[in-house]
This record gives sequence, structure tokens and C-alpha cells, in this order.
Amino acid sequence: MTSYVEHLTPFLRKTPFHDRIAALMHGNNWMRWTGHYSPAAFESVQSEYFAIRNGASVYDVSPLIKYRITGRQAAEYVNHLITRDLSKIKPMQAFYTSWCQDDGMLVEEGTIFRFGENDFLLNAAKDQLHWLEQVAYGFEVKIEEASNDLAGLSLQGPQSRDVLRALGINGIDHLPRFGIMELELNGHWLRIDRAGFTGDLGYEIWVRPQDALWLWDRLFDVGRDHKIAPIGAQALEIARIEAGFILIDIDYSGAHQALRPSNRMSPYELGIGWTVNLNKQGYFVGKRALKREKEQGLSRYVLTGIEIEGRKPAPGSFLYADQPGKHELGLTTSACWSPTMKKNIAYARVPTAYAKPGTQMWIEIWYHKEHKIERSMVRCWAANRMFYDPPRKSA
Amino acid sequence: MSADVIVIGAGHNGLVTAAYLAKAGLKVTVLEAAPQVGGAAVTREFVPGYKVSGAAHLLHGLHPTIARDLDLARHGLDLKAQRVSTRSLLPGGQSFEVGTDANSIAAISRADAEAYPAATARLGRMADALAAYALHTPPRPDVAKMDWQSKLNLGKFAWGLRRLGKKDMLELTRILTMNVNDLANDYFESEAVKGLLCFDGVLGLALGPRSPSTVFNLLYRLSSLGANGQGGFLLPKGGMGSVAQALAKAAQAADATIRTGAAVDHILIEGDAAAGVVLSTGEEVRAARVVSNADPQRTALQLIGPRNLDTMFVSRIRHMRMNGCAAKVHLALDGLPEALANARGRVVVAQKPDDIERAYDCAKYGRVADRPALELTIPTLSDPSLAPAGKHVASIIAQYCPYRLRETSVNDARHQIGERSLAVLEEVAPGLKQRVTAMEVLTPHDLEAQFGMTGGQWHHGEITLDQVLFLRPAGQAQDYRMPVPGVYLCGAGAHPGGNISGAPGYNAAREILKDARAQKRVMGAA
Repeated sequence: MTSYVEHLTPFLRKTPFHDRIAALMHGNNWMRWTGHYSPAAFESVQSEYFAIRNGASVYDVSPLIKYRITGRQAAEYVNHLITRDLSKIKPMQAFYTSWCQDDGMLVEEGTIFRFGENDFLLNAAKDQLHWLEQVAYGFEVKIEEASNDLAGLSLQGPQSRDVLRALGINGIDHLPRFGIMELELNGHWLRIDRAGFTGDLGYEIWVRPQDALWLWDRLFDVGRDHKIAPIGAQALEIARIEAGFILIDIDYSGAHQALRPSNRMSPYELGIGWTVNLNKQGYFVGKRALKREKEQGLSRYVLTGIEIEGRKPAPGSFLYADQPGKHELGLTTSACWSPTMKKNIAYARVPTAYAKPGTQMWIEIWYHKEHKIERSMVRCWAANRMFYDPPRKSA
Repeated sequence: MSADVIVIGAGHNGLVTAAYLAKAGLKVTVLEAAPQVGGAAVTREFVPGYKVSGAAHLLHGLHPTIARDLDLARHGLDLKAQRVSTRSLLPGGQSFEVGTDANSIAAISRADAEAYPAATARLGRMADALAAYALHTPPRPDVAKMDWQSKLNLGKFAWGLRRLGKKDMLELTRILTMNVNDLANDYFESEAVKGLLCFDGVLGLALGPRSPSTVFNLLYRLSSLGANGQGGFLLPKGGMGSVAQALAKAAQAADATIRTGAAVDHILIEGDAAAGVVLSTGEEVRAARVVSNADPQRTALQLIGPRNLDTMFVSRIRHMRMNGCAAKVHLALDGLPEALANARGRVVVAQKPDDIERAYDCAKYGRVADRPALELTIPTLSDPSLAPAGKHVASIIAQYCPYRLRETSVNDARHQIGERSLAVLEEVAPGLKQRVTAMEVLTPHDLEAQFGMTGGQWHHGEITLDQVLFLRPAGQAQDYRMPVPGVYLCGAGAHPGGNISGAPGYNAAREILKDARAQKRVMGAA
């Protein structure tokens, strides 16, 4: 018989960058991401955050789940799968999109990379293979999981372009937002796309797993003068919320993960209705339902940004229409103090009528203070969820 | 060319829908791929001079309301004559007959002879109560969104069940999901009588007597033998094609157009709604409403196409159980052996439940039954016109010959089910083999090719509890409307299901008319 303790032997997978990350890790601050060790923070969340906003931050995105989609009808297939209009996406472009169930409820949102007419890579946070294959019925398409084929670093921050220039990436200045380029550097294959999860200037660099440590070492070598710093998920979380990006399991339950059908949300309800193109050529999964939701105003609420009085972060807090708290409106999901904007921000699910920027609501925040739990009822205002949107992001 | 409504397929349900819609004043065009109407309700010459019903050979489910509404008697369908009973053949020249001559059971078992009338009457009552929903649209599973008609129908249905009385209600809840073998053991003592009951429980299913849901299939079958059907088995004069002919005449009398030899390739969809159909020749026929008499899989996966549908719906339809297990064997005979000389009715060869179970065991593993269970009719005994003078035809349904074969080729399966059916028959009707001058075998694959029924499943999807009522053909698609606006399903793949009943066609017509009238009101107001 094996004892319980033996079952505790660490079993998570190590990403190709693990050795370098582990060497810099303070206090064993790991978290689990798709079964991999992933850094939550190294030494200071604050310094890591400011590396994102002022320098160049490096985050290991290898654990993302990746699916390669190819075949004679791959483009038609992807267009049927997703809510956006694929005809607007050219080869060597990445794009953010939603994909839904029959009744328009969001399965997940993520980035798809288009390399050729019929050559795609889909990045997801949850396993999607079963769904992708179900949708594939009737299409000549091949779907393979490619999660372990690539190692990737997300290089984000105002100095990220300078780092890549220093690395010797010719043409990085001309890579538009969501553009993709592939090149050889010192005999190593490299793929760079200009996207990220921070709402800042930033890139993702992909290499073959065996080249991972080479990439890490080169980046930190040339990045020395550009405040390059490894970051963990906690610093990224602040940048993500400032940028207005939603995160599965935090801001919504994926349709396949939701414990009950009513917990699922539509792209409109999540405030990413812009990813739904009802006028694109051909049918796509969920179109009839989404069209009905839009035309008949069936959205139950919308996930909007809010700015909150004071400095107390307000995750999981109730919103009210009135100060006494008689008329409940909804609940916050993500929330943080924004160090760059010096604002107390959050996302909140509220009835559509309350989502107009500037609309005043009340929020009930419970917080820890000197060994007590205290309550405060303060004002908050609906705001564009993209709180932080610097011109350099797309310049 | 254009119409108000296009009906794809002139099967009996398609013709019923067409007739009702045409009677209501809509311009209806029926497009049939075959050179003749009827779909699987067809009489065909399989050897020169010998004609037989191509698939179903006994009429029992045709709903009396439909026969009356469409005045089928005036259009040449004689439902008064040719009522037949069921005889079960046993080895050694023994047999017993049910329906007319209950005493013959006494020769097998006195106890069963006594129990039989009461047991069948009881099952019949339950079946009738369930069948009361046949001509209603199944309710939406979402009670909040139910219209008043559904509520009323459900209320009446519940009241009908309540009226069965406490004992029968309790018995119904006990047996509804059960297997027919256990039920047979509850009710009867002789293997022979149990065998007949089990046969009726598994006919049309890829299940054996010990599989759950087979009592439901039995009740389903019995429901067509009561007030919601013809009250028994009929051998239609001129074969099953005569039923289709009468329906076609009724439709044409109401000014529906029927085009045979017009195979529909796919449904034309414009702006996410039906716009007509495209024939295999490339010809377009336009209509804002398209009704498919094809089975749900053919309708969704080929005629509409998965690209116009949502994924979970497509998966649901793909996963419908459509494993046809019944083959059709047609014999041309130059005379009849003694045991069949007076077999004017329905003859069953299923001597005991274990025989059927073992036959099913073969099918379960993708093989043709070693000893198939059989249902046989000799229509020439009541209608000599189907064969040359003095000659006969036999029409046999042989179970099991699975569509999903594992190591047997379709050609081998065809050969095997034919030979094995003859061998089983020879045991109870010695001398038959010598009388056979020609034989035709239609495996489920052949039935699929001939009649376009996916999987050779002649109910357009097996009749099991998870594939009936508001789950037929799929949840949220129970009201004859397919997800694409303007596309409807009127065949046996919709409630209440298979048999030559016309009920799905009748219900579909009612729903289509509802939509047509609602649209007219909107347009009238505008």
C-alpha cells in the first residue's frame, strides 16, 4: 500500500523554461496551469507589475492548450466554429474570438493564429478537442492537439520592442498588432506574434521546446538594459484587469464547465459582443440564438467595468441601485487596485441599463481590518472595461 | 417553378401532409425520387408476374381520423376487408392462433389460454391511453413556454391515464421501462405464447427480449391495433402500394402536384431560412416552406447539411439509434406446403423467448442471426392478383439482420438471412423450400438504398423511450420544425413515429398551417 504522503510527491509537468524560472523563484510560489508548474510570483508582485507597464516582462505561456487545425476545409470549419468573420483575417494574422454552443452560450474565447488559407492554431485555456471534433462533422479538416510542440514566452511592456530589436529581429518595427512573423535566428526557428494579455505593447515568442532555454538566455542577455523581468500570474492579473480582458473561471464559466445551464453566459452578456458577426457569410454555431438575443434584447446582464470610491479591492461584491442596498443589481468578478491609474477598478455583472459609462451604483465591500471584518457601502460608476489602453499598444 | 410548400418524398406521411395542406388551400408540390409514390409503402414486382409489398406488409396503424378526413375509401382504399389474425407456427405441425381463436392456445397451455384475453386487453388499454397523444404535437419540455393547447392536451392525456384506474396505472408504471421477456414471464407460462409476445416487443428494434424498453415497443405496437389504429392487422388488397395510391389520389384531388422521378439533392437555404430545394439535376424549385418526409438523419445531415445547423443538434441527430435489424425476404412459390395452405393472416415463427434472444445475440455482435425470428404473410391467399394463377408470394420480415455488420459483407448477409429464414421456415412448414421458384432478399442496406431510410431503420429511428414523444427526433425539435426556419419534418422520425400511420404527417401539416396562418396575419396587419 502506498501511503497518502507518497501520493503527494509533486507530479506537475515542467515547461521547457522550468529550469530558468525555478532558479529565480523565491518561496516556491508556484501555481498549477493545465497541469504545469507556473509561477504565481517571483519576489515582488509590484516590481513585476511595473515591469509590464514600464519595462519588459517575460511570462511563460507554454502551458496554453494549442490545437492545430488544417485540411482542405479548415477555413470553412473555423468560420463555422467561431463567431467572428474569418474572411476579414488574412494569413499570418492572429485574432481574438468567441466560440459558442447551440444556444449562443460561450464555450470559450481565445486567440486563433492563421498561418495560411487553411492552416490555423487555436489557443485555449480548457480542453476543447471533443467540442472541436463535434463541430468538425461534415468538414474535411484535421484537428490535432499541439500543446507540447511549442514553447512560448510572452514579452510585454513598452520596452518589449526594444528588446526584440536588440535580439536582432529585423522587421519587428513593421509587425502590426495581431501580426505574425516567422524567422530563423542563429539557426533557431522563431515565431513572433504581436498580441498579449496585458493591453500593452507586447509580443509572444514561440520556439521549438528544445530551443526554450536558448531563447530565455538570449532574451535576458539583451534585455538587461530594458528592465526585463520575469513575472508571475499575480502581476499579470492586475494588468489583465486594467486591460479589460475576461478570464475563464473568474469572469465566466465556460459552457462545458458550468455546473448548471443558467450559469453559462453569452458573448453579449460578457461584453464581447463585438466578436459576434451576425452578418458574416454562412451559418456558425449559435448564430440563430445570438441573433435572437440581440434582436429581442434577451441578454440577462452585461459584464461592465466599474470604478469604485476608495481603495478597497472589491472582488465578489454586491452592487445595488440604492445606498440602503434594497435593490440588488449584480456581483463583481475580477477586481483590483490599478497601480498605474490609481483607481479602484472591477468588473461587474449588471443589468444592461446600468452599464452606460458614468451610471452611479452602490457597492458593498467587506474587508479585513485589524482582526475584524468591516463593511463599507460606497459609490461606484459604470465604466468602459478597457480601463487602460495606451496608444503604444497598437502603435 | 415555385410553390407555397414543397414536400420532399411521397412516402405515406409526405402524402398525408401534402393532402392536408392542399385541402387547406396551399399550393403544394411533392417531389419523389422514385418513379412511383409511396416510399416504403409500395407494391413491387420482384420477379416477373409476382408482386409484393416492398417493406411493411401489414396495415394496422393507419389512423382512422386520417382515413376519414382524407376520404381514403372514396380514393380506392378498402379498409373493411382483409382483417387477419396472427398464427404462431411451432415445430411438429403445432400452432396456435390469437385474435380470433383463443381456444387454440389451450392446446399449448390451458392457463395461458385463460390469461391471454385479459392480459392483452389490459396491455391494449394501456396502449390506447398512451396512443391518445398520437395526433397531438409533443409538448415542449419547458413548461413555462408551453402554449394552452399543449397544456390542454397534456391534461387530457393525464386524465386518460388516470382513467385506467389505480391497478392499471400502477402496472403501467411498473412495466413501461421493463423488458418484454420479464413481462412474458409475469403473464404467461408457455414458451410459445411468451415467444409471440416477445416477438412483438422486439420487432423493429436492435434489441432483444431481455433488453429494457422492449415492453414500451410492445405497447407502441399494440397502440396501433386499438382505437388509434385499424383495430387489428389488415392485408391491404393490392399490397401496401394501394394505401399510397389512395393517399396520392386524395392529395391530387385537393390539387397537390406530385412529381415522381424528382430526387432532391438538398434544401436551398437563403438568409438562414428555407427558400426551396435543388434537385439532383440542378433544377431549383422554390418555396418558403420545405417539408421533409425523409428520416431525421437524412434531413438534417444531407438535405439541410451540418453547415446550416448547430453542433449539439447535429450530434443529437447523428446519435439517433438507426441500426435497422429487419430484413425483407420475398418468395415466389409454385404452391404452398400444408402448414401454410390456409395461412391467410399473419404468421409468426418465434417459438420461445430464448430463440429470439439468441438471434439478437448474433446481431449484437454484428452478425446475421443463426436462426432468425420471422413474420410472414401470404397475400396471394386473399388477393390472387399479386401472382400468376395458382402461384403464390410470401412476404417475410426476418429479424435479426443488422445494418451494422462486423465481419460479414452485405452480400454475405443477404445470402445468409435468406437461407437461414428458409431453414427456420422449413422446420415449421416442411416442403416450403421445394416450392420456392425465386427469392429476393432486402437487407437493411438494400432497404436504405431502395427507400432512402438511413440504416434501413423503417421507423426512421428506433422506437425506444429515449426516442419518442418530445425527444423525437431530438429535444427542442419535437414540434415538426427543424432549426432552420421554414423547414419541417413530417416522417416517421417525428412523433408519434413509425408504422403506416400517417400521424406524423398529420401533425406536421397542422404545425405548418399554424405558421402559415400566423405569417398571413402578420402580413395582413402590415
